[in-house]
Amino acid sequence: MSTPLLSQGTPPVVRKKISDPLPVRILLIGLTLLFFIGFVFLPLGLVFAQAFQKGWDFYLEAIREPYTIEAVKLTLTTVAIVVPLNAFFGVTAAWAITKFSFPGKAALKTLLDLPFAVSPVIAGLIFVLLLGSRTPFGSWLGEQGIKIIFSTPGIIIATLFVTFPFVARELIPLMEAQGRDEEEAALTLGAKGWQIFGKITLPNIRWGLLYGMILCSARAIGEFGAVSVVSGHIRGQTNTIPLHVEILYSEYNFTASFAVASLLVFLALTTVIVKAVMENRFQKNSSQH
Amino acid sequence: MAIFQKKRRNILPGFGLSMGYTVFYLSAVVIVPLSMIFFNAIPMGWEPFLSAVTAPRVLASYKLSFSTAFLAALFDAVAGLLTAWVLVRYRFPGKAFLDALVDIPFALPTAVAGICFATLYSPVGWLGEITAKWNIEVINSPTGIVVALIFIGFPFVVRTLQPVLEELEPEIEESAHCLGATRLQTFRKILLPHLFPALLTGSTLAFARGIGEYGSVIFIAGNLPMKTEIAPLMIMSKLDQYDYNGASAVALVLLVISFSMILLLNAIQEWQQKEYR
Amino acid sequence: MGIELQNITKKFTDYTALDNISLNIASGELIALLGPSGCGKTTLLRIIAGLESADSGKIILEGKDTTNLPPREKNVGFVFQHYALFRRLNVYENVAFGLKVLPRSKRPSKSEIKDRVEHLLKLVQMEWALKRYPSQLSGGQRQRVALARALAVNPRVLLLDEPFSALDAKVRQELRRWLRKLHDEIHVTSIFVTHDQEEALELADRIVVINKGKIEQQGTPQEVYDHPANAFVYNFLGNVNVFHGRVHEGMVTLGGHSVDAPDELKNSAEKTSQTFVRPHEIGISKIRSEGNDLEGTIREIRLLGGQIGLNIECEGFDQPIDAEIPRELYLNLQLKKGDRVFVTFNKVKVFACDYEI
Repeated sequence: MSTPLLSQGTPPVVRKKISDPLPVRILLIGLTLLFFIGFVFLPLGLVFAQAFQKGWDFYLEAIREPYTIEAVKLTLTTVAIVVPLNAFFGVTAAWAITKFSFPGKAALKTLLDLPFAVSPVIAGLIFVLLLGSRTPFGSWLGEQGIKIIFSTPGIIIATLFVTFPFVARELIPLMEAQGRDEEEAALTLGAKGWQIFGKITLPNIRWGLLYGMILCSARAIGEFGAVSVVSGHIRGQTNTIPLHVEILYSEYNFTASFAVASLLVFLALTTVIVKAVMENRFQKNSSQH
Repeated sequence: MAIFQKKRRNILPGFGLSMGYTVFYLSAVVIVPLSMIFFNAIPMGWEPFLSAVTAPRVLASYKLSFSTAFLAALFDAVAGLLTAWVLVRYRFPGKAFLDALVDIPFALPTAVAGICFATLYSPVGWLGEITAKWNIEVINSPTGIVVALIFIGFPFVVRTLQPVLEELEPEIEESAHCLGATRLQTFRKILLPHLFPALLTGSTLAFARGIGEYGSVIFIAGNLPMKTEIAPLMIMSKLDQYDYNGASAVALVLLVISFSMILLLNAIQEWQQKEYR
Repeated sequence: MGIELQNITKKFTDYTALDNISLNIASGELIALLGPSGCGKTTLLRIIAGLESADSGKIILEGKDTTNLPPREKNVGFVFQHYALFRRLNVYENVAFGLKVLPRSKRPSKSEIKDRVEHLLKLVQMEWALKRYPSQLSGGQRQRVALARALAVNPRVLLLDEPFSALDAKVRQELRRWLRKLHDEIHVTSIFVTHDQEEALELADRIVVINKGKIEQQGTPQEVYDHPANAFVYNFLGNVNVFHGRVHEGMVTLGGHSVDAPDELKNSAEKTSQTFVRPHEIGISKIRSEGNDLEGTIREIRLLGGQIGLNIECEGFDQPIDAEIPRELYLNLQLKKGDRVFVTFNKVKVFACDYEI
């Protein structure tokens, strides 16, 4: 029997694109850098400059302050509840949307993106309207001894709304591109629903899922407008990290405010770098197919 | 039998379960809460609704939100095109880092951005000193709002343009070149029309985001009535006065505009697909 | 009987993909479903596998009615057009998948699975690639892994959807011959879908020609090629000259030329007809041999590997005629562009157009 010789394919021809003349390139890169200095480097640099203005000890003190610690705890609690819920939803919605055909699919996809089009303040407002103590449902809940608005559950629900689309949005294009061939193949080989999902689908989407969860977490940690509406700003109880930054700032305690803000900047920088690294990985993976 | 057949139309398992949960969760988290705006704004009746949304302070806030968001989106279109071009076409040290930093406005909490710009442009701030010398008012003025919104909207333009620029076949430019067009002519007559739909999409996204933006703006805006109060802040202040209906009315107008933006965007994308596929 | 399809019909919203298809396939046969793209052949294959359900009709595999069984219980091996290998599993895990997902009571032991996978990979000559991932394999290699994976579950039938379409020409030919040999060794009832007539002719025991959701003809490659049942099949199987003409008093006119009508049309009333002549069934000579020979001018000469293609313009014909002659003959006759030649139709097939224009 003859073994077919493997055609390895020719390496892609590296083509030199038409490029702009050097002075134009230098000018355009210079302008871009200028923009970045004004809008990214200076603001970020400023945070650290302000944070360390009164020295390392003051910085540590601001971060170790009990109210800061409470804010960090509340933020982490919120993330720990919101991200798994939205991730589970994202996977479910992406499965329904990408693996089946049904009428109204495009409309459903648009609805999933709705929270992105809503101002954060409105996102907070709607939950005050639904669950606030002056509404029928809210006052009924109050009678049962359940307080949502101006308390932790309100913060969690508002954050749930704001970060709602992230995971689904990351997974739907990915799973659409992957198609349903592999799942169908698993089906003809005798696999059951959960086996297909666990052994085939989940491994295929794990990076996209992780990526969506990272974006979801970043937004959940940083959300300000919506949380500001529903929190009631009770120190040590309903203050998330961004709200704590605001309070310190409005009390003219700038150094402490920027010290806490520096934590968020550090987190943001980590997020964008992780994102860049993962995107790089994605591209390498997809170029192999 | 007929029911059985229908059930078998989708071969992969789990349609009912996943679809059911999707619709349930979407309704519980998004649709029902959002509908509260209508339930609070509509019982007001037409007259009170109209007077709530056309009160001078409210009108001024709409005007401010739209004009600043529009100017910022315009600036972002230029800066975003420039950045996307430089990042896709050129190679220079630190490019990957710059590319990653484009996402900072997405990742940085808006409140942090807000206090950064407020401090940066304060009369004793790093940039405030310079602008004071030139007699440019930034802090406590619409200019400051535009600055904050430029920051917020910028990545939308870059991230929508980048893939389009990357997929652009070099042959298009090469053939224009062979036909005797200069670089600038090629850019104006070939590239720009090709990039235009993406540019429009990106700036519309930036505009839509700018209208609703709150955290990054309120610190730099100063929030002076009739002058630098943005529309989301009006909702906030009505809420502080427990004027739920008034807040809903102002919010409803903003929502309707945001949704029209989405529809417009979908139309742009459809038009784009018809044009090029 | 390996596979019995009874009156399969499938409608999509705007068209009928399969229109009352019935087909019997013997155990161990290798069948080609041949047809143009969009003719419904892939839909039929997916219906047999249970990946799509028919609106009506029955599917009987090895004597068992499987019409309403989910694909999981059908026990068919399906090789997808783009292979659909599990990209996060390596070659070994891909092939072992169907065995590992069996319920515990039916699942073979670890060492049995290992033996079976290794045996199959040896069969498809991929035993060296156990630990590789699909992205590290070429198209032909992926194809063979997909085949091994489908065979792992001991399927009652093997279904292949356009198995060679994603490969380049050379690999395609090699793999085709190899698959034929493999089938001769393992004898599993197999159906493959293709739009490439050459592939069907070379590989299949029997060809089923499908067009617009209906079976046009079925038979051995020889039968189908030599005795096409109708105009569509004639057209679809290989290059052919088509002449529009009329049947009249036992003769068929083609342009200014006429030939004897086939027996079944000898006594037919006058009607329009289509006449088919394959390029290699046309004789070319420089001297007139019989009274009836057609005269034409060579417009184009093309080299087609071992054969020479001639494009000849004949008086009274709307379109030039394509002929293929052996290279030897071409050299002997010393043909060049512009030469006058005499053309003989060695074999013609006439179809009366009863309902067409």
